[in-house]
Amino acid sequence: MSENALPVFTKDMKATHTILVPGMLPFHFALLRSALQSCGYKAEILQNTGREVIETGLKYVNSDICYPALLVIGQIISALESGKYDLEKTAVILSQTGGGCRASNYIYLLRKGMEKAGFGNIPIISLNVNGMNAQPGFELNLPMLKKLMAAVIYGDTLMYLANRTRPYETIKGAVDELANKWLNKLENAFLEGKAQATSTMKQLSKALAEDFAALPQKAEEKIKVGIVGEIYIKYAGLGNNNLEQFLQKQNCEYMLPGMLNFIMYCADTYLTDYKLYGGKFFKYGISKMVMVYLKKLEKIMLHALDTQPFKPPASYEETKALVKNVIGYGNNMGEGWLLTAEMLELAKNGYNNIICAQPFGCLPNHIAGRGMLNKIKEIAEDANILPIDYDSSASKVNQENRIKLMLATAE
Amino acid sequence: MQIGLDIGSTTVKIAVLDDAGKLLFSKYARHASRITETIKNILEELAAEMPWLKTARLAISGSAGIGVAEGCGVQFVQEVFAEKICTERLNPDTDVVIELGGEDAKILFLGRHFDARMNDSCAGGTGAFIDQMASLLNVPTEELDKLAATAKTRYTIASRCGVFAKSDIQPLLNQGAAKNDLAASILDAVASQAITGLAKGRPIKGNVLYLGGPLTFFGCLRASFDKILNLTGTCPDNSLYYVAMGCAFCAENPVDLTTLIDKMRAADANREFDHLPPLFTSEEEYNAFIARHTRDNVPRGDIATATEAYLGIDSGSTTIKIAAVAPDGKLLDSFYQSNKGNPVIAVRDYLTDFYNKYPNCKIIASAVTGYGEELIKHAFHADYGIVETMAHFIAAKSLLPDVDFILDIGGQDIKCLKIHNGCIDNIFLNEACSSGCGSFLQTFAGILGYSAGDFANIGLFADKPVDLGSRCTVFMNSNVKQAQKDGASVANISAGLCISIVKNALFKVIRPSSPEDLGKHIVVQGGTFLNNCVLRAFEQELNLEVVRPDIAGLMGAYGAALYAQERQQVHGGESTLINAEQLKNFSHTVKTVTCGLCSNHCHLTVNIFADGKPYISGNRCERPVTHCAPNDSLNLYRYKLQLLEELQPVPGKRGKIGLPLGLNMYELLPFWHTFFTTLGFEVITSPINDKTIFQKGQNTIPSDTVCYPAKMMHGHIKWLLAQGLTSIFYPCMTYNVDEDTSQNCYNCPVVAYYPEVLAANIEELKSIHFFYDYLGLLNKKRLTKELYKMLHPAYADISEKEIKKALTPAFDAYHAFEDKVKAQGKKIIEEARSKNMPIVVLAGRPYHTDPKINHGIDRLITGLGAALVSEDAVAGEIPRKDLNEDLEVLNQWTYHSRLYAAAKYTAENSDMNMVQLVSFGCGCDAITADECRRILEESDKIYTEIKIDDIENLGAARIRLRSLFAALGFEC
Repeated sequence: MSENALPVFTKDMKATHTILVPGMLPFHFALLRSALQSCGYKAEILQNTGREVIETGLKYVNSDICYPALLVIGQIISALESGKYDLEKTAVILSQTGGGCRASNYIYLLRKGMEKAGFGNIPIISLNVNGMNAQPGFELNLPMLKKLMAAVIYGDTLMYLANRTRPYETIKGAVDELANKWLNKLENAFLEGKAQATSTMKQLSKALAEDFAALPQKAEEKIKVGIVGEIYIKYAGLGNNNLEQFLQKQNCEYMLPGMLNFIMYCADTYLTDYKLYGGKFFKYGISKMVMVYLKKLEKIMLHALDTQPFKPPASYEETKALVKNVIGYGNNMGEGWLLTAEMLELAKNGYNNIICAQPFGCLPNHIAGRGMLNKIKEIAEDANILPIDYDSSASKVNQENRIKLMLATAE
Repeated sequence: MQIGLDIGSTTVKIAVLDDAGKLLFSKYARHASRITETIKNILEELAAEMPWLKTARLAISGSAGIGVAEGCGVQFVQEVFAEKICTERLNPDTDVVIELGGEDAKILFLGRHFDARMNDSCAGGTGAFIDQMASLLNVPTEELDKLAATAKTRYTIASRCGVFAKSDIQPLLNQGAAKNDLAASILDAVASQAITGLAKGRPIKGNVLYLGGPLTFFGCLRASFDKILNLTGTCPDNSLYYVAMGCAFCAENPVDLTTLIDKMRAADANREFDHLPPLFTSEEEYNAFIARHTRDNVPRGDIATATEAYLGIDSGSTTIKIAAVAPDGKLLDSFYQSNKGNPVIAVRDYLTDFYNKYPNCKIIASAVTGYGEELIKHAFHADYGIVETMAHFIAAKSLLPDVDFILDIGGQDIKCLKIHNGCIDNIFLNEACSSGCGSFLQTFAGILGYSAGDFANIGLFADKPVDLGSRCTVFMNSNVKQAQKDGASVANISAGLCISIVKNALFKVIRPSSPEDLGKHIVVQGGTFLNNCVLRAFEQELNLEVVRPDIAGLMGAYGAALYAQERQQVHGGESTLINAEQLKNFSHTVKTVTCGLCSNHCHLTVNIFADGKPYISGNRCERPVTHCAPNDSLNLYRYKLQLLEELQPVPGKRGKIGLPLGLNMYELLPFWHTFFTTLGFEVITSPINDKTIFQKGQNTIPSDTVCYPAKMMHGHIKWLLAQGLTSIFYPCMTYNVDEDTSQNCYNCPVVAYYPEVLAANIEELKSIHFFYDYLGLLNKKRLTKELYKMLHPAYADISEKEIKKALTPAFDAYHAFEDKVKAQGKKIIEEARSKNMPIVVLAGRPYHTDPKINHGIDRLITGLGAALVSEDAVAGEIPRKDLNEDLEVLNQWTYHSRLYAAAKYTAENSDMNMVQLVSFGCGCDAITADECRRILEESDKIYTEIKIDDIENLGAARIRLRSLFAALGFEC
């Protein structure tokens, strides 16, 4: 099949079509949706979960493929099958990182799956910055990138604050209520086209942090748990059997490193590869500029989080420095060195109990996850790291039992 | 008083302690998933013993205990934590605790650096695994230990997961290996699995405590651990009750013992689990279903009056099936029995019986099929052998001439045949990892205390069949455990298991996108389909009506008999089958020897029959049988090995440097060897033919689901270290060579970065020069600089200029190697064509050339009479443009790009067929396999995938390959 036979997302479709987005992080994705909407796209974040998604995935992709692919593709196809959408006016979007991990192939697997399921006529948009599989009706231009990045920054800030305060709230549900209030406010700011200006970001994120800081907190010591791993599995409840909800019930505090880290790591990849293997200077220059921009955004977020009683997490550069001489920066497929670095960062900040959530048989995690545990423990002696594999039929009981063991030994 | 209740996956343990911590009462009982009932009985016993005890502090622990504790509001103590508490109290000088439970294996490192390890979800080498193996050997579990004590020799059994081990043991059994040797090998495998899987490189030393059922009951298992760990561990008093006692120590809240059971029952009633629609909603529906399926009968004849019969024998993995068929196709007599681990005796008894009972019925010809084909054929001089897939096809065709799809679920295999124009068009076999088939259902029935037949029947009218997913047995075990916890009845579990078998076959093996993909005329067969639940689930899942012959379990034997007739009519002559007279003197002895004819040192099983002729099995080549070296002239894999072996060390001024021969080094060795030799290094390469390489590094593998080729690297490094080398070179490489055929030229993440894992997990590498920095071959200038940066600190006299100069011959050597392989490939293809031989493109990665990784599949193929080339020899024939235009995947890995090209080249050549080697756990091949299949099938070619791992046995591979050749019309 040649490329030009593929359904095209034309410029006209921008106005008529709803773009379906597989869900991952609730705050971030709600904001990303508003950001897309303010750029003129109609987007909908998919919320369907459960056995049906998994069954659909199993039906349409090779069951040996990584679990995130199975879930994302299952979620999209089962949404298309649900009858909720006008199939003449629907498109789907998927991100594509383009590294040496098999994740770069998801979009092709989605295409195969959709064809098999009889949705071969629905256009697929690839969200990437490398120009892969471009669609005429979807242009990732600078203003849009700025908005999307702002959504990520707000999302990270909100997630950090909610996770830091939720275990200590004095009125049950107060944190989630405040978070939702802010989510609405931020969504509106995007729709009004105001959210992404640097000055607004500074002001809004600071106000956000102050609001959370003002919440009454219990002065209680709780077990601190860090969550790292493959990006989809660690973030998406669908992927990790609602790990966050389980941890909330276990009465501990958990921390999830933000998305910005991963984005900066991706942007940094070309800089590292250029140094190691050579390449195009033009691309090197662009990547450098992107890094400068991202660091500026990071500064806004870290400044906001530097509000009593919160302590901001380590910056990207600080996190990166933690793995110098531990693992090579050239290790940049999947989460690569960042995974190791995040574990060290969490341990350093007192999150000694770390769950490394990954899909069963995840290739990069053999190296940077399980492969590095011995080295991490040499540096962070008290780190208690629990790798957990997630999979369409791995048992939840086993997973939760191991987490309980980790928490019991932490006490 | 303190009470600990340990509810495990298969047993319940109770410990009642007095306030001083003394054990007053204890009890150990298997619960067969009837947890509440079992606890009730235990509590009644306790009440009889201590009638005054009404209230005590009580806590619950154990993997099946979470739900119980939550349900009745009792304190829960995590079991490993309980074990830690108990050990610290009773055996404070313990360093390491090893506990094997029903489905969990745990290792606890006590002391300052406390660490608890539990088995991952993909590791079944535990109590349930031992049970499963015992039932495979057809002995009670307790017997296994006694058998092991008298073992004479040990086999290597894949220890990674239960299913793999089973694939190793089953063929050994069929070949006649002694049960005591197997029992010992099984226990060794359990020990080695627990240690490598859990310790992951952390040394186990000091005082070791053995706990849990298997280690308490099995002295030989403890001995296996002692042997591997090189120490003597202790199994303390009450070793079964450590979790229960630890749990009692932690118990905080008083619980009323008299009402506990009521609370548990109330909780049971409220539980929920994921379930599927029932198989039958009414009695009428069931009756209609049964009526429909009694129509498809094979015609019967009367053996008492018959004078001629053809005999078909299907020696399967767990059962033996025999059919005597009249010349007009009528079934005269049949036999279906468990082979009880010895198919020879079962066949002998049948034949003796046959000759006695029917002296007037002459056996005109006979054929054998199935796992035990060779053994039975040799033992009884049967006339013909036939690969089982063909036997099934012949049988199905005789019933339903326009059959276009056959699904056979047997004891251990799932076989699917797609028929097109009266020929087998495609074959799917289940991979070693999902062989949760008939024997799996049987094992589960046994665990839950039912016979296979009863177990099937109770599922028929289950109201809420449990949703168990569709993966390997080990996962299924945990899912069943969860369902039990959630209060699912045995009926619902039975129905759920049957549905999951169907889903396994559909989603893992066949993967149709719609029922129409399968065909209109479907025959299902194999013993498993005699189970009406499985049959119903299959029809429900596909929404299709299928044909199940009344001899579903006998189809292989029936087909073999028909085949015997077909062949006899062509060849004529008298049957060679052993006659009544010869049978009287029949004898069968088995001995095991180690073959010394080459460095493989295969364990051979030699069966000797009355006529004195030995039948040898366990061999990977024909040498012990024919006493000639295998002919490798048309085998490109061996040619590649030969080229690599020519690269010998040359002493030089800079001393020695080691290169581990695995993963990408299989291709880059000529490059690096030349580079370092030019620089004056003596290059020491780890060996190709050292069988023990894997074991050498086994203890340092951190991720037990990584592919086998990667795991081997640990052994290669250990070997190099053992040579006393102080410099080892093995760089990380994100990018591979660019062959200008793909959109990018990545290595897969594992090949790219495995050196990092070695550096982080092999302690000794820290004290030598291990060069593992990141290099790329694409930009010579950068490569020179990076190599200089890498080597200069250790070798101060090396200059950049020298490195630059050495790279030129290195690149030349790389290209020369490539050219030689391609030229030899061409030569082999030409020769094969001149002789009209089939050509197989055995496609994999460069490292699949390693005979320890491919387990000799290359010689198996050439032994079947085909010429063999590798993917890299033909990939270059497809221009980049043609390749990428057609691809439906992102073509971004260099090695994988060759697979697509090889598939395309194979598709274009009528005399070629591709067989793809896929290492288990290779994530990339989930993508390449589908794509190669698509490319080949679009040209009406058969795609054959062989999954390989540390499984030594080639039984399954042999079936696939023979089926392929049979489908192509070759005899072998």
